[in-house]
Amino acid sequence: MKFSEKWLREWANPDFDSLKLVECLTQAGLKVDAYTSFVDKFSGVIVGEVMFVRAHPDTNGSYLCQVSVSVEEEPLPIICDLQGIRQGLKVPVAGAPHAGMLCSSKDLGLSESDGILVELPNDALVSSNIYDYLDLEDIVIDIDLTPNRSDCLCIAGIAREVSALTGCHLRTLDQNKIEEKSHRTLTIQVEDRQSCPHYSGRVIENIDVNSITPLWMKEKLRCSGLRSLGPVADVINYVMLELGQPMHVFDLDSLNDGIIVRIAKTNEKLTLLDGKEVIIKDDTLIIADHLGPLALAGIIGGKYSGVNNKTKNLFLESSFFNPTAISGRARNYSVNTYSSHRFERGVDPKISKIAIDRATSLLLSIVGGEAGSITEMTSKDNMPKKITIHLRSDQIKRVLGITIEKNQVVDTFQRLNFMVKITEDGWDVTVPSFRFDLSIEVDLIEELMRLQGYDSLPNTRPRITLLKTDISENSVSIERLQNLLIDRDYQEAITYSFIDSNIHQYFLLEGMVPITLANPISINLSDMRTSLWPGLIQALVYNLNRQHKRVRFFEVGCVYTGTLDNIKQYRHISGALCGSRSHEQWSEKQRPINFFDVKSDVEALLSTTSDNIFFVEEQHLSLHPGQSARIYKDDKAMGWVGALHPRLNKPLGFNDKIYVFELKLPNVLTSKPPSFKSLSRFPKNRRDLALLVDHNITAGEIDRCLNNIKSDILKSTQVFDVYNGYGIKCNKKSVAIAFFIQHEERTLTDEEIDVLMQDIIKILEQQLKAIVRS
Amino acid sequence: MAKLGSQLQEINNIVATAKDAIFAAEQNSILKILRIKYFGKKGIITCYLKGLGDVSAEQRPVIGKLVHWAKKEVAGLIEERERILAEFEINTELKHETLDISLPGRGDNIGGLHPVTRTLKRIECYFQKIGFSITEGPEIEDSIHNFDALNISKYHPARAMHDTFYFNSELLLRTHTSPVQIRVMENKRPPLRIIAAGRVYRCDSDITHTPMFHQVEGLMVDNHLSFTDLKCILIDFLKAFFECSLGVRFRPSYFPFTEPSAEVDIECAICKGEGCCICSYTGWLEVLGCGVVHPKVFSYVNVDSEKYLGLAFGMGIERLAMLRYGVNDLRLFFDNDLDFLRQFN
Repeated sequence: MKFSEKWLREWANPDFDSLKLVECLTQAGLKVDAYTSFVDKFSGVIVGEVMFVRAHPDTNGSYLCQVSVSVEEEPLPIICDLQGIRQGLKVPVAGAPHAGMLCSSKDLGLSESDGILVELPNDALVSSNIYDYLDLEDIVIDIDLTPNRSDCLCIAGIAREVSALTGCHLRTLDQNKIEEKSHRTLTIQVEDRQSCPHYSGRVIENIDVNSITPLWMKEKLRCSGLRSLGPVADVINYVMLELGQPMHVFDLDSLNDGIIVRIAKTNEKLTLLDGKEVIIKDDTLIIADHLGPLALAGIIGGKYSGVNNKTKNLFLESSFFNPTAISGRARNYSVNTYSSHRFERGVDPKISKIAIDRATSLLLSIVGGEAGSITEMTSKDNMPKKITIHLRSDQIKRVLGITIEKNQVVDTFQRLNFMVKITEDGWDVTVPSFRFDLSIEVDLIEELMRLQGYDSLPNTRPRITLLKTDISENSVSIERLQNLLIDRDYQEAITYSFIDSNIHQYFLLEGMVPITLANPISINLSDMRTSLWPGLIQALVYNLNRQHKRVRFFEVGCVYTGTLDNIKQYRHISGALCGSRSHEQWSEKQRPINFFDVKSDVEALLSTTSDNIFFVEEQHLSLHPGQSARIYKDDKAMGWVGALHPRLNKPLGFNDKIYVFELKLPNVLTSKPPSFKSLSRFPKNRRDLALLVDHNITAGEIDRCLNNIKSDILKSTQVFDVYNGYGIKCNKKSVAIAFFIQHEERTLTDEEIDVLMQDIIKILEQQLKAIVRS
Repeated sequence: MAKLGSQLQEINNIVATAKDAIFAAEQNSILKILRIKYFGKKGIITCYLKGLGDVSAEQRPVIGKLVHWAKKEVAGLIEERERILAEFEINTELKHETLDISLPGRGDNIGGLHPVTRTLKRIECYFQKIGFSITEGPEIEDSIHNFDALNISKYHPARAMHDTFYFNSELLLRTHTSPVQIRVMENKRPPLRIIAAGRVYRCDSDITHTPMFHQVEGLMVDNHLSFTDLKCILIDFLKAFFECSLGVRFRPSYFPFTEPSAEVDIECAICKGEGCCICSYTGWLEVLGCGVVHPKVFSYVNVDSEKYLGLAFGMGIERLAMLRYGVNDLRLFFDNDLDFLRQFN
């Protein structure tokens, strides 16, 4: 709600400056978002007098003028193309005393159309400030109203609030009785009385629709961000801003018999004021005549029944619509009007009569004409009931933590126009018709606190119940994993949860259909991600395109799989990286990262979990078939690691070799408390074997083979060299393995170790056709 | 006697010669040779020591004393020279090994957390320390938890203000972290104190809005709480978060799921409350929303609002991060530009 400070002060004028007023409103819950002064924008515009005018000899439509801006100085020569300029006219001049310029009404912010000369009255004093003269020195206050405070969507309401807060006098509207000269009326028939408990209207005949809206009214509308749309619309908007009652005006001569207020029938159509044709839904209340819909009740009027520049006779509507009948409906037609905004939040049902008379009297004074009497349909049963709320005095202390004196409670409520009755344990409070936000006890408690000022309340340390907690060793924290990657020179990224379906398709596992948004913000943010890779790779490419050669990203975030009936949202930890193994430095030679660098990072992540982890050769659509692995925990697949498939280079826009990994987080986070095994005091022996095996025998196969050896003294094994160069046949390779052998209770003899090694060799020969190299 | 005199002279000469030779020795190997020359089995001084038995009884004390002196003197000189040579050798080696220690160290760099995570963790850490436990809720939510249970009915204007991403009429991307309040109270009885952080989504994108951002939600439900406690908790937190004593104000606001509701502003850090373009010339910056849990929310999760009082608060993490670190463009958080991210390592 934007409004002129001056206008507010006409209604309630507390004895302090703008800054204090703004603070006072904010502290009461009417948050002032901005307050702007016009004077800041255009200072130094002064009144000048045109001394001499002649047509410009070279330019058609321009004039050479001499304009006096000071009694002492010579008139300024000014070229002007505003029509109507003439000798003796008083005009606004900017830029004096240097080469000045004549200000159009648009220049001064008084209208939106170009080229309109501002003609100042003759009494304007030359060289005086234009803003002082026009009384334009005003401040626009913009309040960001919360949806509960519909009562403050008008000047009168905000003034009421200011008066309650400061105790200043509140203006009341003294309305002269309307002289009802016209005898015409229109029948009103309300079919849905629950949605429309009150409908009233009156005829105004013989108006002059081409009258001019007075400047003071235009100014106030402009401060509230409303353009002048002709006198009738201006008056309606003015009264809405002043009193909070949205009204509607029909061109009486376009109506067919009387008004019917009803719910729309199926497939009824209406061309709205903005020219859009809509099919009205059957949950929408409409104003119709005997031929069909005229307006969406409380939302927007129809194009063909509205006032136009030939309108002679009016029908003025002022009603109360139930908020539940209006709310949400405007959105269905993608419209949001001042009217719907107010009606869906609640308009004071008691203001309708006052507003229609106020509008009538303003119209009669501006566009003339004769008003008829008011026709009214009111269903008392359906009007909002008076609400009386019981407030227990002990609840104030319980909720707020402070005690408020009893007489202060009563005083506060009275300032707010609430009716208060003292009861045994507190008060019965009846709330006024304009407050739609008060229905339960705490609502009243908030009002008390609001008027007192939230900041006036003390701050107290809570007395709380001590709670139990856990310190389980069955899981690892995500922080542990994040820190691990950070220490390995990864940078955390945060990418959007919704991604481009065109990129997503390259990463979908077979048979996977992504969940998509019904109303994405753009087509490239429409798929819910099933992997963190697409986002991370895009972030990586973004940086590669900005001269970074070595990029290492990780992200922790949800992926979304399953179907809408059965959505699965799990957190993943994922990485994407490229470039050299280490950052460029002065001594070490650079080498590009490879699969085993990334695998090592993954193994580090998995080392925090105590389960059996396997890297298995499996094919993934987006990974290099020879440089990728699926990761299993026991028999559960829990992730992937590998190089991106080169076929992705082009669609994703990169040339570098990118490596990625992704792990399902819940699985990685499980752990077990350590369990102690007694230490052996006896020496540990190491024996090395170099094996010649077929080229396609993997280290994993050798490992599994060694796992089959049943021996209490073989503690561990380790591959320490793989070689397939000079001296080894091309379909073979040499694998060197270290064996660590130790007995729990005694020192082993060489013979015992030899026996074990012979067993091992035998098994390797049998199962892998390995040959021991000497 | 003349014989004695010449003998003594001879020994003195030996010592003098040895001294010259030792001082001239530049290498350990020469000292070794000298040691053999004087102290070997047939060494010069060894021979004198051996010959003492043949010396006459009256001459023996004099000659014996001198020979022993000579032995000690020469041995001492050799040792001293050895020490000097060893030290010289080490010094030479050390000099040879001297590095340019101003060159950078070798090894991996360290990466870093995203500033949003960094901020989120600080907030979580604060509340965890004062007794809140960390929990979370789903990002794809149903409209019951995101709206209805929080007293935001179907046509409520607040619902329209949320710019929701929908999947169908029931499912949506949560527009705030408040549904976690409901999920927690559905499963746990009071007293409880939780903090829940995570991603939230709104169908809005411009200079000051990204379609995804982060919030932290706090909820405490207990017997003896009141609004003044909430004020204290949040003021304490804001002072700890910004690590300075800054102006904080509470002003009335409206959320369908709290009553009374408040918004909390901090004094603008840029202009120190004087008014600037960052704070729209108000001197204040809005940082969080809070309030007393609405009785309707309690009734939805079957908590007795006569017995318990709930305090809830929520804040935008990006906003807090921007204010804390002076970031001037929200969209930077999701560009993932390394030059930006590394500033927070």
